[in-house]
Amino acid sequence: MKIRLENVVKTFETFRAVKDVSLDIDSGELVALLGPSGSGKTTILRMVAGLEYSDGGTIHFGDQDATDIPVRDRGVGFVFQHYALFPHMTVADNIAFGMKVSKVKRDKAAIDARVTDLLRLVRLEGLGDRFPAQISGGQRQRVALARALAVDPKVLLLDEPFGALDANVRRDLRRWLREIHSELGITTLFVTHDQEEALDLADRVVILKDGQIVQQGTPEEVCRDPQSAFVMKFLGDANVIAAEVRDGRAYAGDVSVEAQGVADGRAELYARPSDLDWSHAGPGIAATISRVLDRADGRRVLATTVASETLEFDVEPERIVKAGEAGFVTLRRAKVFPV
Amino acid sequence: MRRRNVLPGLPLSLGVTLFYVGLIVVLPLAALVIKAASLGPADYWQIVSSPRAVASYRVTVLSALGATLFNLLFGLALAWVITRYRFPGRRIVDAMVDLPFALPTAVAGIALTALFANNGWFGSVLEGFGMKVAYTPLGIMVAMCFTSIPFVVRTVQPVLEDLDPALEEAAQSLGGSDWEIFRKVILPLLTPALLAGVSLSFARSLGEFGAIIFIAGNQPMSTEITSLLIFIRLEEYDYQAAAAIASVLLLTAFFMLGVTNWLQARALRYTVKG
Repeated sequence: MKIRLENVVKTFETFRAVKDVSLDIDSGELVALLGPSGSGKTTILRMVAGLEYSDGGTIHFGDQDATDIPVRDRGVGFVFQHYALFPHMTVADNIAFGMKVSKVKRDKAAIDARVTDLLRLVRLEGLGDRFPAQISGGQRQRVALARALAVDPKVLLLDEPFGALDANVRRDLRRWLREIHSELGITTLFVTHDQEEALDLADRVVILKDGQIVQQGTPEEVCRDPQSAFVMKFLGDANVIAAEVRDGRAYAGDVSVEAQGVADGRAELYARPSDLDWSHAGPGIAATISRVLDRADGRRVLATTVASETLEFDVEPERIVKAGEAGFVTLRRAKVFPV
Repeated sequence: MRRRNVLPGLPLSLGVTLFYVGLIVVLPLAALVIKAASLGPADYWQIVSSPRAVASYRVTVLSALGATLFNLLFGLALAWVITRYRFPGRRIVDAMVDLPFALPTAVAGIALTALFANNGWFGSVLEGFGMKVAYTPLGIMVAMCFTSIPFVVRTVQPVLEDLDPALEEAAQSLGGSDWEIFRKVILPLLTPALLAGVSLSFARSLGEFGAIIFIAGNQPMSTEITSLLIFIRLEEYDYQAAAAIASVLLLTAFFMLGVTNWLQARALRYTVKG
């Protein structure tokens, strides 16, 4: 099912939560809405679900205008951050709930068979008789997904689905959700503030800031070509180095990078920790190492430049670097944005 | 190893509390039972099964059941409105729920009688429809409702406030109608609190005295409540008979507590971790 949002607006009291958002989601696509808190991502998701009504604009499901269809008739599966399982029902009853209240009547045997199938799909065979209080957080979230899928939704919507879980449970569930998605091919929209989650999972990432879309594209497009300092910073650690743009090149210390299309004058270089390196000889940005943090996959170096900017970068585990050492930070690549 | 408690003096506070509970709860109840037991089985049975006593049980229990049923419905509605809607004067309504607790019951009884007497504001109107409230079992029920409504509201309200709105949204997104969501999701989650409120409300109604005697008319065999009969026996210095009839109320109250505890445990099965 294709979803199309056109100029959607939502205001709470006096706060403009969503400002004029237009977005197309293709049938079968897995799309992440990524943004910091207050960026309007959850509000957009809730409007697509029909849990919130927009103050302006339209939402289409396929060719049908769904803007005013109430949530119970919209045919969406919604998964909540804190699961929202019915605590007084067993896992099986939770999954069966949607089928039992459905206008399409099914007999008990059909419902039971479907519940068994779904329990197998979410790999919870044999846990049907447990109550939600008796299973783990990751299991609860899988029950919530099975419950949402039980009503054959046209669209699957997930609100920070893994936000309340431990890091490794999260990683497992992410892979697993990806598998389920490719198995079922259902159009899926999920909200997250975790860039890693969005990039790992989604076909397309939509980045939001202050109720507006600032950039969207495949994980490759947004990572390789961030179009604003905000996106650059939001997608991962970034060093900021003051620079000067002259004739399409940005200069910092005695290094320069290409800066096509940036107006002459003051600008900032943005570089990932892996874009920087350490050298005893120039050219580079003169700096002194202030700390070395040892990590499992390498050494993270914190260096202070002569302009007293702190730069962070990684060097190989074998590299001998010490706090207090003076040298040069060299630049493999960087993005330039005007200040 | 001995576990350190955050609060010091557990043995002392435990001792004091147990002593106090013994002194003001267990001792009077024991005295009542001993007094009633001093009668001997035949006399005891004759007193507690006398027609006047039985008539008083009937009117007390039936009125209390009626009042409790009313409070269950109305108390739930009141708690729902106070927690779910924001309207001018909500806080005043919220505060007024406690009024029956704060008001001396005799004051409530006199006020209700004045309202429902056949020349009162309500009574004169109801009389036009051929309904009599004051000096009938209906009056007893009204007084019981009045004094015990806060129990239901105050036990249900906090549970309703803590109910995760996402549960209702989840049920909606699964296609549930408002009625189905109320019946299958909200009501089962409120059941333990409702049971607690209802059992307290019923117990209070069984024992209510002050508010009722003004409005009831107190006719033996029709509008005489058990508490009043006990009081009359006391006035006659017939302590044994008073104790015997009181023991029936006591047993009923215990039985009710037992039943509601059992129902509550059943309704809360899902919270047991396994």
